[in-house]
Amino acid sequence: MNRTKGDEEEYWNSSKFKAFTFDDDDDELSQLKESKRAVNSLRDFVDDDDDDDLERVSWSGEPVGSISWSIKETASNSGSNHEREQLKNRNSFSSYAQLPKPASTYSLSSFFRGRTRPGSFQSLSDALSDTPAKSYAPELGRPKGEYRDYSNDWSPSDTVRRLRKGKVCSLERFRSLQDKLQLLEEAVSMHDGNVITAVLIFLKRTLSKEILFRELEVRQVALRHLIHFLKEIGDQKLLLDLFRFLDRTEELALTHYREHLNIQDPEKRKEFLKTCIGLPFSAEDSAHIQDHYTLLERQIIIEANDRHLESAGQTEIFRKHPRKASILNMPLVTTLFYSCFYHYTEAEGTFSSPVNLKKTFKIPDKQYVLTALAARAKLRAWHDVDALFTTKNWLGYTKKRAPIGFHRVVEILHKNSAPVQILQEYVNLVEDVDTKLNLATRFKCHDVVIDTCRDLKDRQQLLAYRSKVDKGSAEEEKIDAILNSSQIRWKN
Amino acid sequence: MATHLSYGRVNLNVLREAVRRELREFLDKCAGSKAIVWDEYLTGPFGLIAQYSLLKEHEVEKMFTLKGSRLPAADVKNIIFVVRPRLELMDIISENVLSEDRRGPARDFHILFVPRRSLLCEQRLKDLGVLGSFIHREEYSLDLIPFDGDLLSMESEGAFKECYLESDQTSLYHAAKGLMTLQALYGTIPQIFGKGECARQVANMMIRMKREFTGSQNSIFPVFDNLLLLDRNVDLLTPLATQLTYEGLIDEIYGIQNSYVKLPPEKFAPKKQGDGGKDLPTEAKKLQLNSAEELYAEIRDKNFNAVGSVLSKKAKVISAAFEERHNAKTVGEIKQFVSQLPHMQAARGSLANHTSIAELIKDVTTSEDFFDKLTVEQEFMSGIDTDKVNSYIEDCIAQKHPLIKVLRLVCLQSVCNSGLKQKVLDYYKREILQTYGYEHILTLHNLEKTGLLKPQTGGRNTYPTIRKTLRLWMDDVNEQNPMDISYVYSGYAPLSVRLAQLLSRPGWRSIEEVLRILPGPHFEERQPLPTGLQKKRQPGENRVTLIFFLGGVTFAEIAALRFLSQLEDGGTEYVIATTKLINGASWIESLMEKPF
Repeated sequence: MNRTKGDEEEYWNSSKFKAFTFDDDDDELSQLKESKRAVNSLRDFVDDDDDDDLERVSWSGEPVGSISWSIKETASNSGSNHEREQLKNRNSFSSYAQLPKPASTYSLSSFFRGRTRPGSFQSLSDALSDTPAKSYAPELGRPKGEYRDYSNDWSPSDTVRRLRKGKVCSLERFRSLQDKLQLLEEAVSMHDGNVITAVLIFLKRTLSKEILFRELEVRQVALRHLIHFLKEIGDQKLLLDLFRFLDRTEELALTHYREHLNIQDPEKRKEFLKTCIGLPFSAEDSAHIQDHYTLLERQIIIEANDRHLESAGQTEIFRKHPRKASILNMPLVTTLFYSCFYHYTEAEGTFSSPVNLKKTFKIPDKQYVLTALAARAKLRAWHDVDALFTTKNWLGYTKKRAPIGFHRVVEILHKNSAPVQILQEYVNLVEDVDTKLNLATRFKCHDVVIDTCRDLKDRQQLLAYRSKVDKGSAEEEKIDAILNSSQIRWKN
Repeated sequence: MATHLSYGRVNLNVLREAVRRELREFLDKCAGSKAIVWDEYLTGPFGLIAQYSLLKEHEVEKMFTLKGSRLPAADVKNIIFVVRPRLELMDIISENVLSEDRRGPARDFHILFVPRRSLLCEQRLKDLGVLGSFIHREEYSLDLIPFDGDLLSMESEGAFKECYLESDQTSLYHAAKGLMTLQALYGTIPQIFGKGECARQVANMMIRMKREFTGSQNSIFPVFDNLLLLDRNVDLLTPLATQLTYEGLIDEIYGIQNSYVKLPPEKFAPKKQGDGGKDLPTEAKKLQLNSAEELYAEIRDKNFNAVGSVLSKKAKVISAAFEERHNAKTVGEIKQFVSQLPHMQAARGSLANHTSIAELIKDVTTSEDFFDKLTVEQEFMSGIDTDKVNSYIEDCIAQKHPLIKVLRLVCLQSVCNSGLKQKVLDYYKREILQTYGYEHILTLHNLEKTGLLKPQTGGRNTYPTIRKTLRLWMDDVNEQNPMDISYVYSGYAPLSVRLAQLLSRPGWRSIEEVLRILPGPHFEERQPLPTGLQKKRQPGENRVTLIFFLGGVTFAEIAALRFLSQLEDGGTEYVIATTKLINGASWIESLMEKPF
């Protein structure tokens, strides 16, 4: 079962959205792990595999030389081609490990830098007509002759057809609104997104925003292409204007909000999130956006404070358990875990206290207990764990209660390698007998198993369990004593 | 060459040869020695149609992956960039070109867009001041790539998102173009059926394109009898469920990319070496999976529970075959035995690989969590407790299981309930945002827009009607010797494939009511053939249907269609085409919002 877990995790790790789990060693605070994973996946991406060819031989019986393999092959500029040819034909697992890696001279960062924000587009016709760069914005006053070179009097439908075939074609001669719209309609009726986009770029450049928006509002297909295109080139401003014009308020809000993903600096991101509050989200979403802002604001304060504490080296918890990553931009539950880990005993008044977080973000009891339990168990603070589930009634009697069910408590404690005495105590609190027996057996809480069997008067099961405990151990003695007892009326 | 492509009813090698020819022609246009700079994403799909040897024959001496800054040194006359039409790649190309310009001897630059030239990209190159540096700027319309004897894919990652979220038709246009290419090679398809908005549009585009090509009559005898176009959003349910066929599970657990899978190496350590354990392979083991491998072709589409017995039977057969050597007495017999050795050894290697893979998968499928997940999925699909918060999903969130897994389950519940009650939806949303981060609000909106996750409106749950009419849930499923397609999900019969099945017999007229509930129009078009090309079917001869999934198809659905093809009295054989091979995880991931 364990290895299965590993496998599945590995599988899911490929998603960058995998959050860390409470229990493993590199836990919540593991932005580092995240980034390591990211670096690893970069390496994957860049290095590719040298072993491509191998399987090709082994299964399809085809000659080797897959493209991705060959990229390495030819890129590594060494002369021993022949040798490698032999190697790869040998078709054994050991051979590919010896294949030389390509000497990569590129920096990763430059590869992943992504695209820069585009400037405003120049005339498309320039690109299409391959004439020297010069802008031919339509000016009504110009003599007609000046345009002749660029327009061979193609009709809108001819023009679109030519564009579709990738031929050189100028759009500049379409100067009246009517012509332009006809051009657009021709393009749309061809369904060729590439051409539609080309025409839209032309319209975007030559029409005023108001007219463009107005005309597109009644041309939904073209409108959708424009929206997609604006997203693609990242023209956030025009996109927002468009949504405003169309009165698509929620989309407007979401598009604006989306922008925060691109802001790295926490202060700036926070300020940006502030501008999102009050945008026309749905009521539910509004609350979430507000929380997002509040959380980051909170994290910035906590981060500054804790970094200071940690570097001062005076606080025991930070000395013993140095932080593995910053808390900035972590999800709410992760932040709660962090605060239960480092700031558990703080008074409600501080920003970093768990109770304060719970109140501010209205974290449900269940979620709170689960997170606190994971954090305290990780620190092996069994006393806190105990307190978490102890309630006092008005007579002063104490009672154990867990909103998440004690079976879950046991699992979490076990994952944090709680000692058997502690585990035993909570296994005993599990109400369902079958679950209790099951957990006790799994986690080797012998006493619980033995007592439960006794209570169930299940002699057979007790006998079976006897073979699982160590010979001559106290457990065996205890079982024997019970088995020999004449007080019990066994049911089997 | 790729013989497995010609096993099927339709010889897809013809298509492969056609695209190879086009590639050669382009390479020959750029005379002299060449280096190719590849868009990394394309190397996988290209690998399916051409090996390095082909490129080498046409003077390709070096190959690089596209990266920023400078190109590596290469003493060649031509540098060819082979790229998808994407803006961010244009920036990298221009960086390459500009730094090359400063370096010395002039080279000829070319650019080959796959599958289409983009005016937008060329504009970007122009803005960056490098457009003039390219001598040839062309497109290579690799729309449909043959994956197997009965399988074609466009491998267009963003197709579903574009079609159903952005309503951008570009990938539909490519699909239509791909279908025109197919018809040019395999004859006009006389009948077109479709269900869904995108299906309707593709059919429209095809009809229009045909009208434009009236000049040349297609004189090829039609291979396909009909075409079925299906929108993925007609059946949002199927990909969300965990596939339970062998191939489906390999894809679910390890992800199959361009018919290759990468597996953890430990199980594949070479056993021969004496110094065992000393140098265990650390790199992932990469295997190609297609029907060229006999054993794989036999087990890929089986329910995973039926794979073990096949493997053990095979093991016996192979051991017996090797034992034969003791019986070989005469020189002739020995010679015959030896001549069979390579085949036997290949079979043994193949068996060893699949035994290892099956072991890896079994570790997963026998885990408690897999069982719990499957139980919940099956409850949803059979209509149990779909209208309240599910405790397993709650637990998954509390334990921070991967977000994609959580989203997949929540969407499944939503689809099986025709939307969630507002209260339930809000609850899930809040839990997800608090646990995984508020920014996922954007992803949740995307899921809502595509209909995967939505509030129930109108108050009526139509799923039970659909389920009952189409018999989507079968209680008695035989995983070993299936009688029905529901074996691919151990009980659930994929809706999409059921639609195909019912279309071939008795026809969609029997399910009008359900078709009206499912989104988008359903339609039928005929493409008239000249009398000389009209087919007279022999008695007992099966029809061939090309089924095109717009927005993606899963391996389990493919398995179900192959099952139908093989039915003795089925009457229809299927060739499958799609915009992308998907599974629930890759599908949901394509809808997640990431930073620009």
